[in-house]
Amino acid sequence: MSTYETLANFAQTWGLLYFVLIFAGVLVYALWPSNKDKFDEASHMPLRED
Amino acid sequence: MAHTIKRLSVEEGLFAVFLTALAFACLAIAAKAVDGVMAFHATVGLIFSALGVFLIFNAYFKRPADVDETGYNLGPIKFASVAAMFWGIAGFLVGDIIAWQLTFPALNFDLEWTSFGRLRPLHTSAVIFAFGGNVLLATSFYVVQRTCHARLPGRVSPWFIILGYNAFIVIAGTGYLFGATQGKEYAEPEWYADLWLTIVWVAYLLVFLGTLWKRREPHIYVANWFYLAFIVTIAMLHLGNNISIPVSIYGIKSYQLFSGVQDALVQWWYGHNAVGFFLTAGFLAIMYYFIPKRADRPVYSYRLSIVHFWALIFLYIWAGPHHLHYTALPDWAQTLGMTFSIILWMPSWGGMINGLMTLSGAWDKLRTDPVLRMMVVSVAFYGMSTFEGPLMSVKAVNSLSHYTDWTIGHVHSGALGWVGYISFGALYCLIPWLWNRKKLYSDRLVEWHFWVSTLGIVLYITSMWVSGIMQGLMWRAYDKLGFLEYSFIESVEAMHPFYMIRALGGLLFVLGSLIMAYNLWMTIKVGEKAEVDAADPSLVPAE
Repeated sequence: MSTYETLANFAQTWGLLYFVLIFAGVLVYALWPSNKDKFDEASHMPLRED
Repeated sequence: MAHTIKRLSVEEGLFAVFLTALAFACLAIAAKAVDGVMAFHATVGLIFSALGVFLIFNAYFKRPADVDETGYNLGPIKFASVAAMFWGIAGFLVGDIIAWQLTFPALNFDLEWTSFGRLRPLHTSAVIFAFGGNVLLATSFYVVQRTCHARLPGRVSPWFIILGYNAFIVIAGTGYLFGATQGKEYAEPEWYADLWLTIVWVAYLLVFLGTLWKRREPHIYVANWFYLAFIVTIAMLHLGNNISIPVSIYGIKSYQLFSGVQDALVQWWYGHNAVGFFLTAGFLAIMYYFIPKRADRPVYSYRLSIVHFWALIFLYIWAGPHHLHYTALPDWAQTLGMTFSIILWMPSWGGMINGLMTLSGAWDKLRTDPVLRMMVVSVAFYGMSTFEGPLMSVKAVNSLSHYTDWTIGHVHSGALGWVGYISFGALYCLIPWLWNRKKLYSDRLVEWHFWVSTLGIVLYITSMWVSGIMQGLMWRAYDKLGFLEYSFIESVEAMHPFYMIRALGGLLFVLGSLIMAYNLWMTIKVGEKAEVDAADPSLVPAE
């Protein structure tokens, strides 16, 4: 296999996995139940007057 | 009473030494310059560096020994806000001038300095980097301080960033008029201006990170994530796309390290991500702070904002190849760029929905608050242009739209509608806060600004849709013998009425910005003082 094909195959397979894993990680972090209070509070951050 | 001895801080000393060295370097280059533009720019550099040294010592001699640096640092933000308004008007005006030049070519007056080729980068850089850049600098410094409850680190650094960035704008802009360009779209400034911007940008990154480091809030607010992504990615893009070797350090000319299709790919990796990270991520940060603040409503879904952020920054970076459909770029790379552009629909619309839904429970404010309405319409334009963009990146659509005015219309629905309106909204909020005013000088003038500009945008984008699709269709029309039906000049002639409409729309947009400048100026000059002194807030974290 040429270097080009090796690189293209690598990008096409592992690239997919890489994006799926990152997206799954982000979803888990965003939806993790114990993070809910922290995020609810954070959504009010611009409104707090100091 | 303990007496404090006044000392020059290490930071002040280092900046003074650096700028003095730079002044001497500029003097040497000016003396041995091999071309007129370099002689001029080195002289400008000499004057600016010397001015910087003067400002450092002037501030030192004027300040008391125990200078109070506990509140928020608003001075540099004020400067950037006024600079944004100034460059905005200049940039919009130059844009409209070149729109009239396209309608009536004689308007370039047959002078090299006023030719379309030189004024066009002046327009794009003035609106994107001078106007947009100053809005981003001002709002990022404001938002990061407020949401971290921390002062910007450094006494000189924030001023160095703001003044240094505007010095870059002056060098870049005058360079275009005199013909200095490396010929890369949105990255036209030559090597010495690029080096200077790198120094300023590293300082910007450090000051921003320093403020986050000093924060008294445990959580880093989502707007700061967007600002940070914007700062880091622009640094990366700027370095990647400007790898060039000057012919001589005494001259402006340099050559790119890459050539051919590699250079084109790097250029559009840069170009598209300038859209993605400068004109999108940075302004989304504005959306996530200023819309909740103005509507007095929390962010609709903070969870969505997290998914929005990570999805957007990981996907945008791959979309650049859609600028090179049907070129020497390998087919799979074109398809990759197209695929990522289409996937971008998701985070873009997720962000738009998050921005719009933040108004739930406060929709009535759209009727009474023209500033909020401007920002909401801005988010609607964001939704529209991020729908249109992926559509145009589809190869079959691109074969019709590429190289036509449709692209220009698309860019301007994003630039005038999204970036322009969210910036105007942010400035309408920021100016009264910074100058401690109760409210704007006139809400009626904001209404006028809104309607005049909106009419202008509608004229602009509809005329470019018609003109662009017409161009595309005329270029691909064949007669029954297989010959092209129209010569190129026939398509140019057919565009004339649409160019008139576009130039008129642009004129309305300029008019709107003048109304805004007057309103903001009067707010600063005669606006009623706010009761609570917003300029002197304590830095205690909220309960």
